[in-house]
Amino acid sequence: MNKNPPTSIPTRRARQRTVLPGFGLSAAITSLMIVGLVVIPLAVLILRAASLGPAGFLAAAWTPRARAAYAVSLGASLAAAIISSLLGLLVAWVLVRLEFPGRRILDALVDVPLALPTAVAGLVYSTLYVEKGWLGQILVPVGIKGAYSRLGIVLVLVFVSLPFAIRVVQPVIESLDKDTEEAARLLGASKAQTFLRVVLPGILPAVVTGFALALARALGEYGSVVFISGNMPFKTEIAPVLIVSRLEEFAYAEATAIAVVLLGMSLSMLIVVNVLQQRLARNAQ
Amino acid sequence: MTSKPRDAATATSPLGLLLITGAVATVGLLIVAPLASVFVDAFSNGPRAWWEALAHDPDTRHAIWLSLTVAPIAVLINTIFGVAAAWLVARFRFPGRSLLVSLFDVPFSVSPVVAGLALVLIFGRQGLLGPTLAWLAVKVIFAWPGLVLATTFVTLPLVVRELIPVMEAIGPEEEMAAVSLGANGWQVFWRVTLPNIRWALLHGVVLANARAMGEFGAVYVVSGHIAGATDTMPLRVEKLFQEYRTPASMAVASVLAALALLTLVAKVFIERQLETESKELEAARAPGADTDPTTGGLGP
Repeated sequence: MNKNPPTSIPTRRARQRTVLPGFGLSAAITSLMIVGLVVIPLAVLILRAASLGPAGFLAAAWTPRARAAYAVSLGASLAAAIISSLLGLLVAWVLVRLEFPGRRILDALVDVPLALPTAVAGLVYSTLYVEKGWLGQILVPVGIKGAYSRLGIVLVLVFVSLPFAIRVVQPVIESLDKDTEEAARLLGASKAQTFLRVVLPGILPAVVTGFALALARALGEYGSVVFISGNMPFKTEIAPVLIVSRLEEFAYAEATAIAVVLLGMSLSMLIVVNVLQQRLARNAQ
Repeated sequence: MTSKPRDAATATSPLGLLLITGAVATVGLLIVAPLASVFVDAFSNGPRAWWEALAHDPDTRHAIWLSLTVAPIAVLINTIFGVAAAWLVARFRFPGRSLLVSLFDVPFSVSPVVAGLALVLIFGRQGLLGPTLAWLAVKVIFAWPGLVLATTFVTLPLVVRELIPVMEAIGPEEEMAAVSLGANGWQVFWRVTLPNIRWALLHGVVLANARAMGEFGAVYVVSGHIAGATDTMPLRVEKLFQEYRTPASMAVASVLAALALLTLVAKVFIERQLETESKELEAARAPGADTDPTTGGLGP
């Protein structure tokens, strides 16, 4: 059962041999792409970083400016993933459980961040939240700076990660057994108790998976953040921005070392997501 | 993605109204307001200024042309890869299969900037293949082949991820029947497989195209952002913004945003087709309607 990949629907047909043709050709195309475009480039990146030696790697990847960039990246991504998970749960719940005019439009709009180029999102967010912007003229006077600040980074990261948090939770809410909730209510549980004791345990794995996906997406994001953050070292500079600025100074060793740290963070998120999804699939069965 | 809501009653309760307000405010503030402001800002000086910003700037024109070239090439490569990889994974069992499937997802979790850097380390002037490429006088980094490679990398999972679940749900019976009746591999693919997966394939292609047109980080690193040469539309948006030409930047952004909206409309339409087809498949598989012994009488 564990051998089923996360994207597959479990089938009862465990077929070892098949008469179907095309194994050789499809295997050749697939391995050419995966090895050539994914495995070799990432291996070269890691080998380049490894060739610096432990001391050289630390000197390149663990400078005060780099440490500050990891902290901003991690902090902003964590904050954005938490906000996305909570808002995502709310939106997913409303989309599944409540009927109201415009529900289908709302459902379609949730996918906008997946289709809208991140550069457009960054540009628009920064113009919305500057002093003269639509939202900035209300928020800046009361001391909320949404542009060229850490808050701005969190805002765009919530934008890019929100669909992931919603779309993972939505089908799980759809599959919840409503009879159990009704039974809980009939036995005298309050709405809050029903939600916390009956509903939440069922959807928590999905919420956590959505959180991990949102975090992974936020950690690597570059296009939108570069517009809104102001990119000030030690303050609003995230790790991907630091990689690019090192690269533009032709400091390849340093860029590579920082990239490997970031890659390590992302790949560990991927492993967490895979484990969670397998657990989720087991629970659903 | 949508299903019939099961309790419409609470929509009118105070709690229901509060939840709906919260969800609408979330989507409104985070998604609708930015989207609306792209178009308002782009047309704030009238449609004439908008058109001039797009058509009368040779660098912008070149960026539009470059995006319209690079994205389809990357999408085409990923369509071929996606079909081949889905066929491999959904129709055959072999050692390392689940490792391969997890590798499909790697580009999603790698920062596009890191992906771009990895390509520079291979194809760049000081990269692994740098001397060879220089000898061949082929330019990959700071040229369009690099843009294609970077765009292909970031969109790699999109088509294959759409196809695998659909092909596994359909199962290999029809294809095996075709083979036993004497069809060759290509005939099976064009006549049986492709008609069955066409909507899922189109779904993946539409999503991959949207991502390809909008990719920024990976492309930024490999392009060297040379105006009029290697700037794609998203890179042009950034350059115009840096040059304090926000209205022109908004004009380019509005074209990209319109494309994103078009993508979503297509997506909703395709998803409806997919839903209909999966219902038909379920109906055909229902006990009594089919003789499949593995599903008959074993309801959930």
